[in-house]
Amino acid sequence: MKISRLLKTIFMIDFVTGLLIAIKETFKAKKTINYPFEKGSLGTRSRGEHALRRYPNGEERCIACKLCEAVCPAQAITIESKERDDGSRKTVRYDIDMLKCIYCGLCEESCPVDAIVQGPNFEFATETREELYYTKEKLLENGDRWENILAANIKADSSHR
Amino acid sequence: MDSYFSIIFTEVYKILFLLVPVLVSVAMIVWLDRRVWAFVQKRRGPNVVGPFGLFQSLADALKYIFKEIIIPASSNKLVFVLAPVVTMTLALISWAVIPFGENFVVADINVGILYLFAVSSLGVYGIIMGGWASNSKYPFLGAIRSAAQMVSYEVSIGVIIINVLLCVGSLNLSDIVMAQQNLWFVIPLFPMFVIFFISALAETNRPPFDLPEAEAELVAGYQTEYSGMMYAMFWLGEYANILLMCAMGAVLFLGGWLSPIDIFPFNAIPGPFWLIFKILFLFILFALVKATVPRYRYDQLMKLGWKIFLPFSLFYVVLTSSFLLYFDLLPGK
Repeated sequence: MKISRLLKTIFMIDFVTGLLIAIKETFKAKKTINYPFEKGSLGTRSRGEHALRRYPNGEERCIACKLCEAVCPAQAITIESKERDDGSRKTVRYDIDMLKCIYCGLCEESCPVDAIVQGPNFEFATETREELYYTKEKLLENGDRWENILAANIKADSSHR
Repeated sequence: MDSYFSIIFTEVYKILFLLVPVLVSVAMIVWLDRRVWAFVQKRRGPNVVGPFGLFQSLADALKYIFKEIIIPASSNKLVFVLAPVVTMTLALISWAVIPFGENFVVADINVGILYLFAVSSLGVYGIIMGGWASNSKYPFLGAIRSAAQMVSYEVSIGVIIINVLLCVGSLNLSDIVMAQQNLWFVIPLFPMFVIFFISALAETNRPPFDLPEAEAELVAGYQTEYSGMMYAMFWLGEYANILLMCAMGAVLFLGGWLSPIDIFPFNAIPGPFWLIFKILFLFILFALVKATVPRYRYDQLMKLGWKIFLPFSLFYVVLTSSFLLYFDLLPGK
């Protein structure tokens, strides 16, 4: 071992240098955000909680084509459809098991009318499993709540489709 | 009979007066540890529960209390349950001899440092019991490692303490502090202070010597099978031990409750506060080291303990004693 190396080991130069760097870093600005009070930005394609959208006149977009049900790799979606009085095909049941869902976004991609979408909300933890079996009502309510952001996201992303 | 009860009550009162602050400060020190660690890594650390996240440990403790305690079917149940109790009790009873000021100590015994050393040596039993009684491979390996590690480093801590005792001439902790009135031992015995600090890290299983619970190799070492409040007791005992080692360092080398300079603004602050400042200073160093240094390999750890620290501190004993003898500075003459 070289003498300089030996002296470095005995006086713990490397250790003290590291400690000084650690102390210096302590007073620098934080790199993390203060999460629950301060949130990071989300991309327009972020895949969060699902929502069923409506047309501006209040009509449901979903035409019960069941493409999403077919494409869903986790088989989390269950749809039952019926012909309505005016002759249009509509869903009577649209359930998503959020516990099965893997948030892959294939349902959103397969939808021909942009009805089922995944919104920016990812904070929907619940205390019981039952609360995560989403029904059509819950999904439509989500769509109404997030419509502004959902429409803006789809518009922003439209040139890439 | 009355006097008997009054003695019991005063003693219990004195003990509670010490133990409650110790337990509260253990909770706070966990928060401080995580916070310093986070700050070095430019994170925020726990900052939500209470002001600056100060009550984070209380929230954690509450969580641990409500968690289920799982006792493995193949474990030795009595020893398994006893292990965290032993760890925690041993970590707490050593506080009895730490002097917080002149005549401000629960047990002012004349073999204080010996008692402290003996109790901290016993601390390894909690870990061995936990690791053995779990009857599972990772806890067992963790316990073996920890036994070897703590025994090795106790040897060098013992020799370091001899250095201090040579300069004091008494085993009483209050006498050790009073002997530092003119000069803290950290100055003449600085190399010993550094070795004491490193050995204390190894003795309390702190990083970079946290091999008994090296999560990359041993899951969580001897704590693997523990859950709920029993795990929390191990964790409390561990931090109480760390605080104790800081207190021991402060008493042996940093002049205990004495103020650094004996002039007005400093000596107006009461002694216990100085001791707490010194313990906190040492603890922040502990936390910084945890954030800075990577974990040692096991053979490096053993090499450091037996081949470097032990010979060097033995050499320093010879150096100190010959210096004291030559300049006729031996205490008690």
